[in-house]
Amino acid sequence: MSQVLVAMSGGVDSSVAAALAVEAGWDVTGVHLRLADTPAHLQVQGKGCCTLADADDARRVAGTLGIPFYVWDMAEEFRRAVVDDFADEYAGGRTPNPCARCNERVKVVGLLERARALGFDALATGHYARVEDGRLYRAADRAKDQSYVLYMLGPAELDRLRLPLGRMTKPEVRATAARLGLRTAAKPESFDVCFVPDGDTAGWLERRLGRRPGQVVDTAGRVLGHHQGAYRYTVGQRRGLGIAAATPRYVLRVEPAAARVVVGERAELAIRAVELERASATDGRGLRPGHAGVRLRAHGQEVGCQVVPQGDGRVRLDLDEPVAAVAPGQAAVLYDGDLVLGGGTVAATVPAASPGG
Amino acid sequence: MPYLDYAASAPLRAEALAAMRPLLERPAANPSSQHGPGRAARAAVETAREQVAALVGAAPGEVVFTSGGTEADNLAVKGALLARPAGARGLVCTAVEHHAVLDAAAWAEADAGARVALAPVDRAGRVDTERLGGLLEPGRTALVAVMAANNEVGTGQPVAAAAALAHDAGALLLCDAVQAAGLPGVDMGRDGIDLLALAAHKLGGPTGVGALVVRAGAELRPLLHGGGQERGLRSGTLPAAAIAGFGAAAAAALAEREAPGYAAALAALRARLLAGLRALEPALAVNGDPGSGLPGLLSVRFPGRRAEDLLLLLDRQGVACSAGSACASGAVTPSHVLLAMGREPAEARETVRFSLGHASTEADVDAAVAAVREALRVLAPQEAAR
Repeated sequence: MSQVLVAMSGGVDSSVAAALAVEAGWDVTGVHLRLADTPAHLQVQGKGCCTLADADDARRVAGTLGIPFYVWDMAEEFRRAVVDDFADEYAGGRTPNPCARCNERVKVVGLLERARALGFDALATGHYARVEDGRLYRAADRAKDQSYVLYMLGPAELDRLRLPLGRMTKPEVRATAARLGLRTAAKPESFDVCFVPDGDTAGWLERRLGRRPGQVVDTAGRVLGHHQGAYRYTVGQRRGLGIAAATPRYVLRVEPAAARVVVGERAELAIRAVELERASATDGRGLRPGHAGVRLRAHGQEVGCQVVPQGDGRVRLDLDEPVAAVAPGQAAVLYDGDLVLGGGTVAATVPAASPGG
Repeated sequence: MPYLDYAASAPLRAEALAAMRPLLERPAANPSSQHGPGRAARAAVETAREQVAALVGAAPGEVVFTSGGTEADNLAVKGALLARPAGARGLVCTAVEHHAVLDAAAWAEADAGARVALAPVDRAGRVDTERLGGLLEPGRTALVAVMAANNEVGTGQPVAAAAALAHDAGALLLCDAVQAAGLPGVDMGRDGIDLLALAAHKLGGPTGVGALVVRAGAELRPLLHGGGQERGLRSGTLPAAAIAGFGAAAAAALAEREAPGYAAALAALRARLLAGLRALEPALAVNGDPGSGLPGLLSVRFPGRRAEDLLLLLDRQGVACSAGSACASGAVTPSHVLLAMGREPAEARETVRFSLGHASTEADVDAAVAAVREALRVLAPQEAAR
C-alpha cells in the first residue's frame, strides 16, 4: 500500500485532500507545519495562518479520518526562506511572491524531501493543480488554479506529488468536506500574505526595515513628492503616492539604492519583454525556444510570448502584446494549454516604448 | 504497545483504578456535605491525604489538593510572592524549572512587582549552589524554587543545600517533585522543603489531580477563592474519586521505593536500553547525569537525526516516547532545559526522551531498541545522500 504524507494546514482544501487520500486506499499520515512562532495568546482567530487553532483543526480532521498526525516545527526554515526573503526582496525594490517561495523551499519541495527521507512514497497537498504522467497541469477549476505557484517543480518532485483536488471545483470540495463531516467545511478562505495577518504589508515592512525616506520623481527626474520608504511601492501602484498631478500617475520603477520611486503615465507601464532568472522547466530539460503562454501574476491574464533561452538559468520572453505593470521579483509561469512548462523570476523588464532590448 | 513515556504520563495503576471505581459508581457525594454519603467521600479523601503525606514525609494536614502539578506550582510561586509586601517579592529559581514555575514567575515579574533571577546549571543540568546562593537577597528574596529532578533529562538537584541557603536568607523553598516523588523520592523534613508540588498521573494515578504540600507555618495567599476548602488555600469541591486514585498511586509508589531491589531493577532496565541504543548509534550522546535523579529516565541525542523524524518512525511502529519538549501545537521546539545546559538549538532538536516506570519490562525496552534500529535504517540513506 502506498505510504503517503499529507500536508494539513487546517483549512478545508488540505482536509479534503487528506480525506480523498484515505478514500483512495493509501496509508495516510497527516502533518501540520508550524510556520509561525507567534505566542498562542496573541493569535487572532481566523486571521493569518498556522495558528494554534489551525493546528487544532487539522488534528481534529486527522482524528475524524483516523490517521496518525504530527506537528512539525518549521518556523525557522519559514522565517529564513520566506519571511526574511520577502523583506529582503522589497528592500531591493522587487515584488516577491512568498507563496511560490514557500512552496519551493518549505511546503512542497522541502516536505517532499523529508517525506522521502522518512520512507514515504509520496506527498499529497491541497493545491489546486493536476499532476498527470509526471507533468504539471492547471486545475480543472480555473478560478482556483494554483499551478502558478508550483512552476518550479521538476520531474523528481512531480513524480512523488499527489494533488487530489486537481479535478475538483471549490464547491465540490466544500460539499465533500460536509459529506465527510469535516469541521473545516465552512472555514473561510485565507487571503493575502499569511505572516502579515492584518494585510498591512507596508506597515509590516516599515516595522521591519525602518523608515527610509526618499523622493518621488517623474521620468525626467523632477521631484514630485516624498515618501517614507521605497519598499512601500510596487510597480503599477497608483494609490498612496502623495502627489498632486493632472493625470493619474503610476509607479514605473522602484530604485531602493537611491531611495527613489519613479512615476509616470499609465501608458509608460507597458512592457514588451521580460528577462527571467532562476528559470526552470517542469520536465527538467530546461526551457526551449518557441511560442508559449505566460502568466505574470497569480490570477493574471495569459499572453503569448516567444521563449528565448539565454543560458545559465536566464530566459527572455518577448511578449506578443504589451503587458502593463510587471515588477521584478514576480514569478513568470509558462504554459502550453493546460500544461505548465516551467517559469522563472522576473529579473528585469523592457518597456514597450524604449528601443532595443 | 511498548510505552516508554512515563515522564509524560504513567499508566494508571490497578490500585488507583480500584480505589476510584467505588467512588465513581456511588451516588452523588460532596466531601464537604454533612451526611452519610458526604462523610464516606470525605473519608476516602482523608485516607488519600495520609497516603500522599506519607510519600513525602509530610503531615496529612499539610497536603493541599489541586488540579495537578501546574496548579501546585502556580499556587506556590504566586501565593508565596503575593504573601510578601511589594519590594520583598524576590524569586530565585533554576533555569531548568518546569514552565509551570518559570511562566508563573514571568507573570509575577510582569504583573505583581516580583523580581526573578535564574540560577544557571552545568552541562549535566545541575544547579550550582554557590551561584544560586549569590543570587539570594536576604529580606528581599521570598522564594527559592529548585526541582527535585528534571522532567526532561532526569538530573537530580541539591534540594537540601538550596533549602539551607533559602532559609538563611529568610526565603521559602519550593521543590517541584512532580517527577521525583516516587523515585528517588523526597522528604519534606530531611530536605528542608517548605512547598512541594506533586501530580498524581506521574505516579500512576489519574490526571486532573495533584497537590501542593505546604509546611505548617509557610505563609501563602490562595489563588482560587470560594468555599474555603483545603484550609482556605484552594477553594473548590474536592474530586473525591480522583483524590482516592492519587492516594492509592502514592501508596504504591512508596511501597516500590521501599521494596529492596526495585530502584536497581529500574536502573538496570534503563542501562539495557542505553546499551541497546549505543550498539545502534556509537555517536549517541546522553544528556544529564543518569547516576543522579530519575532512575527510569534516559535523554539521548542522535547526532544528525531530527527528533521529530525519529518520533514519527517510532510511533509508526507502536513505540511511544517523546522529544525534549513540545509547544502548545504539539511541535517539537528546542527545549529551554537543554539550551540552559549549553546545548545548541540544533542539538536540542535531536534529543529523544525515553522514560520507564512501574509496568515497564525488558520486552518493552527490547521492542524500543528494535524500533530505533528500523528508524535509523530508514533515515540512513538520507544522511548518505547529503
